[in-house]
Amino acid sequence: MIVAKRKPFDEIKDFLKDYKKVLTAGCGTCVAVCLAGGEKEVSVLNAELDMARRLDNKPIELGAITIERQCDREYLEALDSMVEGYDAVLSLACGAGIQFLAERYPEKPVFPGVDTTFIGVNQDVGWYEERCRSCSSCVLGMTAGICPVTMCAKGLYNGPCGGTNKGSCEISKDQPCAWYMIYERLSKQNRLDNILKITPVQDWQNQKPRTVIQPGYKTSENSAEK
Amino acid sequence: MKSESNLEKVLSAGHFAFTGELGPPRGTNAEEVRKKAAFLKGNVDAVNITDNQTAVVRMSSWAASLILIQEGLEPNFQMVCRDRNRLAMQSDILGASAHGIKNMLCLSGDHQSFGDHPMAKSVFDIDSIQLIGMVKQMRDEGTFLSGNKLDEPPKMFIGAAANPFAEPYEWRALRLAKKIAAGADFVQTQCIYNMDRFREFMKRAVDMGLTEKCYILAGVTPLKSVGMAKYMAGSVPGMDVPDELIERVKGAGKGKAAEEGIKIAVEQIQEFKEMEGVAGVHLMAIEWEHRVPEIAKMAGVLPRPVV
Amino acid sequence: MRLDYPSNIKIIRVPCTGKVDVMHLLRAIQKGADGVYAVGCLEGACHYNEGNLRARERVNHVRRLLEEIGIEGDRVRMYNLSSGEGPTFAAYAREMAENIKMLGPNPLKKH
Repeated sequence: MIVAKRKPFDEIKDFLKDYKKVLTAGCGTCVAVCLAGGEKEVSVLNAELDMARRLDNKPIELGAITIERQCDREYLEALDSMVEGYDAVLSLACGAGIQFLAERYPEKPVFPGVDTTFIGVNQDVGWYEERCRSCSSCVLGMTAGICPVTMCAKGLYNGPCGGTNKGSCEISKDQPCAWYMIYERLSKQNRLDNILKITPVQDWQNQKPRTVIQPGYKTSENSAEK
Repeated sequence: MKSESNLEKVLSAGHFAFTGELGPPRGTNAEEVRKKAAFLKGNVDAVNITDNQTAVVRMSSWAASLILIQEGLEPNFQMVCRDRNRLAMQSDILGASAHGIKNMLCLSGDHQSFGDHPMAKSVFDIDSIQLIGMVKQMRDEGTFLSGNKLDEPPKMFIGAAANPFAEPYEWRALRLAKKIAAGADFVQTQCIYNMDRFREFMKRAVDMGLTEKCYILAGVTPLKSVGMAKYMAGSVPGMDVPDELIERVKGAGKGKAAEEGIKIAVEQIQEFKEMEGVAGVHLMAIEWEHRVPEIAKMAGVLPRPVV
Repeated sequence: MRLDYPSNIKIIRVPCTGKVDVMHLLRAIQKGADGVYAVGCLEGACHYNEGNLRARERVNHVRRLLEEIGIEGDRVRMYNLSSGEGPTFAAYAREMAENIKMLGPNPLKKH
């Protein structure tokens, strides 16, 4: 899932300083699961904003709504009737959701309430770790299911580098060396030949905005846009 | 001859090579480069010029290399993958070659979090093995990485680094083989302190036939003090400093640690001269360039061959 | 046991402090309470293993949130005792009341 972190309160407060009526919009999918931007986080943030603005003698009227997904028109539609009544929208969705919302209401100032952080896994309640950089050319088949682009601090395709440190990365003893892990796992699977070959340079595909049209879903409209 | 560099000539003539290292200044002080170079002149076959070593900004490696050429020394131009993408790398290689730089050492580069700009965005467009392959392609096929032809190939003697001490040990020689397959003509190793482990590494390299395909230069960094020995042992990733060695430097007594460090380095060099598969020594006397002449003399590697 | 504890404390019973949410604590302050504290079982003695530990973490979180918006974090506290410790309960209540007296009224009341 996409993992996000709540933005520092002062930054959010500063975004909203000129507005008196703001709609805080949560997203019920990834950011809700990672406890950053779901219904509950909307209530907490609104409570904070309410108190802070009262203390500043600049009370603010806050609306709250959490929709299933802000990255999906089908759900965004639920906001259409509400947004009009507010000076600005504070979105707790990931960067994609915020942009889709902002795109739908181009006249309305839209602000981010979270910093979108990574694509990751749930290690425990409230504890997430990055696993994927969405590079568009997955090498996990070669690397025993451990991503060198994400998990190696240098994103090496032919690692480990000379800084590998007794199983840890040179940047920190707490950070495992991805290539050490890749070696160990491949070795156990008798698949070391995978990395004896030189992996050629990457054709980077994440250097410009990407579009995916799944096979069988091509229409005259979407292929024209592409 | 691939490059006609002095280092290549020395090695291909079968001489035991001896290379040095010089860290460019943190400013425009060309005089400092010249001063350090003076200690190395005549005592080494080529001088590695580090590239923003430990991710700290310094005078660019190719620029300091040019100063060395002006001073009559041969540089070994280091290039890391951290700071440049494939476009910048290739253009720097062309420029370096056009100015008479004939050796290159291809490295990943220390992570930027170690340096003076820890929040910088790193590049790592390609990695060190891919860089080796790219230089070889430019030199031998006369084409850019894209496949397009280039006008006058850069004649580089291609170097790589090897760390015989990082775990998993079984992988070390295999990785060396990968670098050689990519196109490394010579290899300079990480500073060696654990001689037992290095002997094993060399035996493996010889058994695999790697020393037939590539010149291996053993890395030596004299320990200047007990503090440095402990720092190397505890804080430098991938470094292996046995306790006995730290004890030996400590045992030398107050004010004598540096002399003991030099003595150890000299003993190491003497052993490397006899060790099967070792083609030379790379002496990294960090901020100790002025001690290089005496180390070279004591180790019996002078005078340097003229080829 | 007839134990005295300050009469200006309103007790809300929950099955376990693990049930106490960030929003409960925050809402109490938002609605004008001068302070709010959670009283849980002794650490290591939670019937649900870690309810009281989670509560402590949430209390700490709310303290940070309040500091962020300019309200004293110490208006929110966590205490632990065993169910048989009536006198300790009363002592903590007095301590909390003293603490709040020192901090003064909830600053939101002026607004």
